[in-house]
Amino acid sequence: MASVTLSEVRKAYSGFEVIHGIDLEVQSGEFLVLVGPSGCGKSTLLRMIAGLEDITDGTVSIGDRVVNDLPASQRNLSMVFQSYALYPHMTVRKNLAFGLSNLRMPKDEIARRVADAARILRIEELLERKPRQLSGGQKQRVAIGRAIVREPQLFLFDEPLSNLDAELRVQMRVELASLYNRLGTTMIYVTHDQTEAMTMATRIAVLNKGNLEQVGTPYELYNHPRNLFVASFIGSPKMNLLTGQATGQGIDLSGIGRLPTRVAADGAVTVGIRPEHLALDGSGDIAMDGTITLVEYLGSEIFVYVDLADGHNLLAQAPGNAQFKRGDKVRLGFKANDAHLFDAAGNRIEAKA
Amino acid sequence: MTATAMPATTAEIARAYREERARRAKRAGLLKHVFLILTSLIMVYPLLWMLSASFKPDNQIFGSLSLWPSTFEWQNYWEGWNALPVSFTTFFWNSTVVTVLSVIGNVISCSFAAYAFARLEFSGKTIWFALMMMTLMIPYHVVLIPQYILFLNLGWVDTYLPLIVPRFLAGDAFFIFLMIQFFRQLPRELDEAAMIDGCSPFKIYWAIIMPLSLPAMATAAIFSFIWTWEDFLGPLVYLNDMQDYTVPLALRSFISTDGVSQYGPMFAMSILSILPILLFFIIFQRLIIRGIAMSGLK
Repeated sequence: MASVTLSEVRKAYSGFEVIHGIDLEVQSGEFLVLVGPSGCGKSTLLRMIAGLEDITDGTVSIGDRVVNDLPASQRNLSMVFQSYALYPHMTVRKNLAFGLSNLRMPKDEIARRVADAARILRIEELLERKPRQLSGGQKQRVAIGRAIVREPQLFLFDEPLSNLDAELRVQMRVELASLYNRLGTTMIYVTHDQTEAMTMATRIAVLNKGNLEQVGTPYELYNHPRNLFVASFIGSPKMNLLTGQATGQGIDLSGIGRLPTRVAADGAVTVGIRPEHLALDGSGDIAMDGTITLVEYLGSEIFVYVDLADGHNLLAQAPGNAQFKRGDKVRLGFKANDAHLFDAAGNRIEAKA
Repeated sequence: MTATAMPATTAEIARAYREERARRAKRAGLLKHVFLILTSLIMVYPLLWMLSASFKPDNQIFGSLSLWPSTFEWQNYWEGWNALPVSFTTFFWNSTVVTVLSVIGNVISCSFAAYAFARLEFSGKTIWFALMMMTLMIPYHVVLIPQYILFLNLGWVDTYLPLIVPRFLAGDAFFIFLMIQFFRQLPRELDEAAMIDGCSPFKIYWAIIMPLSLPAMATAAIFSFIWTWEDFLGPLVYLNDMQDYTVPLALRSFISTDGVSQYGPMFAMSILSILPILLFFIIFQRLIIRGIAMSGLK
């Protein structure tokens, strides 16, 4: 197990900077998920930690050693790739053993580790097959097996589940989580899927356009997003956003009414409210009239899309047994306490008591 | 279906359509095959003519139109083998040495160069690549004389070195380009996985890229074999002693300057000279097929 420290890490491709100085501390034994929209630099960051990508500026340390100039194979880490990257001409057994034999490990030690990994991942009966004879889930297991036989101090995952179908993805998510509990090794996991991030992470690092927006536990990110980007990126369905003007008496939401919440400074604010906090019976500290444009039925819950008179579109969540249909007039409401407030620059502000 | 039929069941309608489709497919198939067989006959006619000529006595070769020899002159083969001052055993051996070494040289050196272009970073890569591609556009005959002078100064004329050494120096841009294209479609994540697994760039080439590129290697080997085996100009320029002749040069020697040519034995030897190519192709085309079956990484 090892900690990973990034300090002032930058990456530029022929002068064009894509990662703008990231500081991040990954604690030993932590499951850290790097999440962000595509093109935010999360994979690049992971590949810099792996040693597959040069570091333009700043330092990457694994344990207490700066690894900037250390080749990937000497960083004592394993990586699972999005496409699995199994060697197509080798059997599963050879795929697992390849890295170990490059380390000139004794044959019986290799055999022991391959057998252990195969047992943990339940791929024992697949050892003599070639990758093309495996299903997606099996390939995924072999790819993970190839990572764990090395018994590294750090695991890196680059969107490992994105090639699987939805059902298998959920299953592999559970297996990865239990593998983490079993090995306790430091893991850094890249995904664009915030459900994966929320369910597996000890802590999540949210990236956007090469900047680190927030690092925190899933609970912190969901309940105390530091800025508008994190607020709207974390949470599915998305947070509703309303624009307003803060005055001494409260926040005037244009065309809706006044939210009795006072903030330190007057000026433009954005009020965010999660769909599950929008009541469809008009209860709460503010009420808004609207018309239902779409109802999505998910079984245990429904998503109700509402057009407000002033043109805002809001999304509310209700229990699955609620009776709503398109065209219904509804009155939405929410409690001032549930609202997230952001200033004109998009940073979180707290309400005055 | 006939118009008088009772309202047909779905099964009957489906069967009628099925049968109609099968009939149409059969007719189209027949037409296609007649056409293909006719064109194939035109294509292989010269080969058949040569095969038949190799069995005919000299006076019948240009005299009779029949493809089927009236008598089979097997001795064309025995005579042909020893018709020249040097036996064909020597010529086939010479050709084999030159060809095998050329194929090995081409496959190894061109795949090295291709790996460098496809995967490694080095300064001036695009310029080198452009230069390499430009050599594709220069006809062999243009460089023939400068090359001859070069090899003459090196003292290599009358040896096989001018025919073999350039093959080990990645001289054939066509093969390099072919392999670059093939290497490029191998996912880079394989290289990266191998890097993490502790491979040097050479080990990545040797353990990952090379085994996955058998189809490209086989293609290069086949073409390299055919082109070297049947190369006439190269040996003609560099080899003067009949003891060193390759098969194509030896075949040319049948047409003697004094006007008396032995056509029967020449055609017999021509037939023998294409057998190695056929054999080589049959062996290596399996690799091409196996290589195609190996794709499908995801």
